[in-house]
Amino acid sequence: MTTAPGTAASEAASTATARILHDTLHGTARGVVVDSPPGAGKSTLVVRAAQELVAAGESLMVVAQTNAQVDDLADRLATADPGLPIGRLHGSDSPPDPLLDGHPSILKSTKAADLAGQKVVIATAAKWAYVKDVERWRHAIVDEAYQMRSDSLLQVAGLFERALFVGDPGQLDPFSVVGADQWAGLSYDPSASAVVTLLAHNPGLPQHRLPVSWRLPASAAPLISDAFYPYTPFRSGTDHGDRRLTFGVPCDGTGPDRVLDEAAASGWGLLELPARHTPRTDPEAVRAIALVVRRLLDRGGVAVSERGTSPLTPDRIAVGTAHRDQAAAVRAALAALGVTGVAVDTANRLQGREFDVTVVLHPLSGRPDATAFHLETGRLCVLASRHRHACIVVCRAGVAELLDEHPSTEPVQLGVTVKFPDGWEANHAVLGRLAEHRVRWAP
Amino acid sequence: MGDATLSRVNDTRDLRERLAVLRGPDVAPRAMDARALAALAANPGCRRRALMDAAGVDKGAVAQALGSPAPFGQSQFAFARGHAFEARVKAEGYAELLRLLHAEQSEAAVPDLSAPGPEGRVARTRIALEEATAAGRWALLDHPLLKLDVAGSPAYLEPDAVAVRPDGSWMVVEVKSFPILDGSADSVKVGAAARQAAVYVLALERLGVGQPSHEVLLVCPKDFSNLPTAQLVDVRKQLSVTRRQLARLTRIEEIAAALPDGTTFDPRQADEGRLHEAVESVPAAYAPECLATCELAFHCRDRARGCGAVETLGRGVRGELGSLTTVEQVLAAALGEAGDPADPAVDALRRAAELRAEALQCR
Amino acid sequence: MSLISTLARAEAVAAGRAAPMATVRHRHLARQPMVLVPLTTAGEVGAPLGALVGTVREEPRLLVVPQPRDRDLRFAFLAELAGAVLPYLESYADEVEIEPATRAREEAEVCADAPQLIVPNSAAVAYVRLLGRSTRFRRTAEEDPDTPFPVPARVPLLGRWLTHYGERARTPGSSLLLAMTDLLTRHWATGQSNLEDQHLGALLAWIDPPDGMTGPSAARRAESARGADGLLLCPPAGPATDPAFDNTRLAPAMKRYDAARDSAAEQAIRELVASQLRPTWDAVWHGLDLLDALPSGGHVEERWKRDRWSYTGHRDRVRAGEPPQPRRDDAIAAAAKLAGRETAQVRLEAGEALDDPLVMAGRRLAGEAFAGEVAEVEMAYSEGKIPKPRPLVTVLTGDRPHLDPDGKLFRALPGGKTQGGVFAGWAGPGAAVVRLVNGMGRGREPEPGSVPEKGDRVCWTLFEHAPRGGAELPDPEDTPWTHGGPPATAGADGPDPVTPEDVL
Repeated sequence: MTTAPGTAASEAASTATARILHDTLHGTARGVVVDSPPGAGKSTLVVRAAQELVAAGESLMVVAQTNAQVDDLADRLATADPGLPIGRLHGSDSPPDPLLDGHPSILKSTKAADLAGQKVVIATAAKWAYVKDVERWRHAIVDEAYQMRSDSLLQVAGLFERALFVGDPGQLDPFSVVGADQWAGLSYDPSASAVVTLLAHNPGLPQHRLPVSWRLPASAAPLISDAFYPYTPFRSGTDHGDRRLTFGVPCDGTGPDRVLDEAAASGWGLLELPARHTPRTDPEAVRAIALVVRRLLDRGGVAVSERGTSPLTPDRIAVGTAHRDQAAAVRAALAALGVTGVAVDTANRLQGREFDVTVVLHPLSGRPDATAFHLETGRLCVLASRHRHACIVVCRAGVAELLDEHPSTEPVQLGVTVKFPDGWEANHAVLGRLAEHRVRWAP
Repeated sequence: MGDATLSRVNDTRDLRERLAVLRGPDVAPRAMDARALAALAANPGCRRRALMDAAGVDKGAVAQALGSPAPFGQSQFAFARGHAFEARVKAEGYAELLRLLHAEQSEAAVPDLSAPGPEGRVARTRIALEEATAAGRWALLDHPLLKLDVAGSPAYLEPDAVAVRPDGSWMVVEVKSFPILDGSADSVKVGAAARQAAVYVLALERLGVGQPSHEVLLVCPKDFSNLPTAQLVDVRKQLSVTRRQLARLTRIEEIAAALPDGTTFDPRQADEGRLHEAVESVPAAYAPECLATCELAFHCRDRARGCGAVETLGRGVRGELGSLTTVEQVLAAALGEAGDPADPAVDALRRAAELRAEALQCR
Repeated sequence: MSLISTLARAEAVAAGRAAPMATVRHRHLARQPMVLVPLTTAGEVGAPLGALVGTVREEPRLLVVPQPRDRDLRFAFLAELAGAVLPYLESYADEVEIEPATRAREEAEVCADAPQLIVPNSAAVAYVRLLGRSTRFRRTAEEDPDTPFPVPARVPLLGRWLTHYGERARTPGSSLLLAMTDLLTRHWATGQSNLEDQHLGALLAWIDPPDGMTGPSAARRAESARGADGLLLCPPAGPATDPAFDNTRLAPAMKRYDAARDSAAEQAIRELVASQLRPTWDAVWHGLDLLDALPSGGHVEERWKRDRWSYTGHRDRVRAGEPPQPRRDDAIAAAAKLAGRETAQVRLEAGEALDDPLVMAGRRLAGEAFAGEVAEVEMAYSEGKIPKPRPLVTVLTGDRPHLDPDGKLFRALPGGKTQGGVFAGWAGPGAAVVRLVNGMGRGREPEPGSVPEKGDRVCWTLFEHAPRGGAELPDPEDTPWTHGGPPATAGADGPDPVTPEDVL
């Protein structure tokens, strides 16, 4: 008799977590690396690891990349364990989120010395870089380690003896606006990702992966896993049928409604506009997105999942774009249709966030050609992995041809490990899958 | 032979004949070598290049006949240098090459690959590979000949060397004369070498008798000396690209079929006017990057400039302009003389023009 | 490419000559720069063929290697080059200014001026780095009597200086070593692509076409016109030579030299090489003339001062007898350079925009700045025991900045200071409200002139003007385990092994 997928997934996740915690608490290696695909419970793992280390009598420092991430972790930790003394270290220009005021266990200061008594001290990497003359911590947790740049790790690694590094290898890589080619191929290339540098110098470190995405539905996990996580595959924590999206109002026959029905039924929808070369803020595509969101709200969507049943409200919907000006245009279009409360942002800013339904403006829509920026796997991965129920992509026809005609004349740096997945391949795979759920529509 | 097979053979022969007519029936086809195959990836959207390369047309001769000769040429010093370095690598029983392969302790077999004619050499290479794979020791194949079918014609490919390891796996060796300095080399040149080597790896794969490694050994002079050094280059990405591009060559038939009857690219048969028409009958996809890689680039650039195509300003320029495709349209939009104000590109250009004018008036 | 530069290029196409991309010069030009035009052999990558070098347009010094495979001739070239370049580089070492102590450092001296090297293009900059790399580790007979092939005196020192200049050229905004193509493309937009702009002759043709020719036709001529002898009328700016020149002229001449090794054969090669170098030499000086005609930008001197610090630092290291720059940066050095360059880039972009309305126009179009007239000023104060002025200024603008709520804004004040503001919302379409947060003095009321008045024209940027450097990096001996620990060999790099067939 087969066990239900949900149970098997939970077991796999628990086993992985147990191994990770064991290595963190009792392992002899100086570092433990955990690959965490989207929605795999990274923050839960970090909170749990912090609690277990404290329970074992240790104090630790936690490094995250942005203030929002730091505040989120502090909030979660304090909620999970109200008795645990936490220190929130911050820069004088960056006061922490007022949300933390609700936790008496969180002490805030701009000086590390003030927080010496707290068991867990959390700050951004940028703030930690300025901390000097403190006793080294025995343990640290580095969150979003794949988005951290190597030089950023260099500035803080002297503060701790050993660390748990957790991050999502499929999301956006760190970069520099100035050239760093002269160090390409060096194991300590300062512009490379922190995990790549860490592993280049410490290849024997235990590497784990969280094997289950609790966020992505069964309709999405295989595609995202195959396309973006070739070395660290994962599965969905739910099965087909565990999640359902239904509309109270029937389809009115227009393109947006038809693609919503497709997405509700299968988890994916592609609203395909006629092929045209357009500027980034393609007014027709922007309007199409706004219409889709408007109809999502007007049709009385209801999301049923393992968490229960809830109506589809604006805060459960997000729109994702590649560029800021596209996001601004969508916001304006939504406002014109009377829609408020829906998050509209670029992939960079949507990292780490989760929604029931997402609507995405395909990075290559309307373009005459692809560029490295637009083919970057991290961007498409983030945009396609924010949803619990369905993802609708709005895109002009012609992207397949564009990919076909893309010149491949990239330079090759000696000594640099070739990175997979390849942007072209990932885009091709996603497009292929989306084509199965295509609704053509001329606005 | 079944009907389907016969039909396929006929199609292939038809295509070959069609391409021969385009090239000029008395003109020998320019050999499609690995560099040319790798170059297919340089501008896959350009039908003009795809067709002419598949037909083996001498693009340089065509460019010359059209009055836009290409500036390419090789300095004899560079040629001599490349030759001398490769000789150095293979001197004294391939001593340096074996050292770089970490095989210096072993005795390597070096089979004789000579045979009459390309087909003979291809067959001889295949046999040598089979024997070496089974032998369980190191073997070096010096200038083996491989074959790949490209648009109905065989392309003969000659890697610098193929090493067969004792475990039976194969490795392509590429010898180049640009230096590896302090462990790094000109990344553009390494990229080109990787794409060229990937073609060889693909050809070896298609033999079906063994497994080429997806890493190739790039052998270059070390620092400022003539001593060889080497690094492994992972060519998996270049392999995927090459496979894709070869698969796309099937569209050559469609491109050729769309041409008017009697089209030829033979400069001896067609005068400048007719040749011009022939070239124009196949659309191109000009970008300034073509200037460094294609003999027809100057001609295509002139035509693109004549039409005022924005690509002449840079390949990346089109992306921001949407449906505005000529310099004239861009300027008209910027000056408010034409263009739909609801088009974000038109709107941005107008603002750009105002901002520039404001700034230039300040001084 | 940004839309505003695309538009400038389109304007150039219409006009038949280059359009301005700057109203001021954004790089320092020395009163007496040294121009270096190198040529290399196509055979051995890096082997020098010849060069023209000098600080006076009418007096270029010609250096030629008649047989690049001959080590002695190569070394003679390097010695001559050292003889031409080192005195110039060293001539700025002694005149200094005293910089008073700051919080960060003690009183120090910085050279009052610094030498500047100008080369034709970025390939020549790369060649300067290559020369530096090949020569700085070599030994002279003085240093090491046993060394098999000693280089002439001062050649390793030349290498160290060339390496320093070559490395400094990677810092955005630096002007110690500049490529003329970079200088010209910074200030003008041609009607061709950036790739074609790397051809110095074609670039100049667009910017300053000869009488009677349009930019594009002059550029076409520069790129491909050949004489009856089959040689390019405008030889390539190098360091690579024209293959036709190599094959039809140079190769036969070298063959004759190899056979005879007499002064007539050598003179023939000298003349041939000079014929390929002279037009490029003239082109570089032509470019300098064009750039000189532009007024200097406001922040140029500040950036040049940093270059002077860089020059002084290297001077001190040489004087202290420190070893040559290592082949590879260690983890700390690499991170320090990257951080320094990123700061320099931010500083450069801000400085150029503040100095030049045409550059600011590009930032405004990109939504990174906005300008307009002050419509209203409303006084307000901060809360707390000691209220400080926090006035709200409403600016009417046609620009469309990407403003986030509470986003930081910056305004340049006369006198070089920066005033900070915070975006406080849109009062209406095109009416941005900015709350001033500093720059108004210490009192409860703002100092006169520190708050804009109704009717004033102001420009706010979303980018900061003077970024602070980042946090300190650990010392190399404290390199953490994540980055491989302290580097293994603390000693200086030794020389490259010498082989009979070296090229450089």
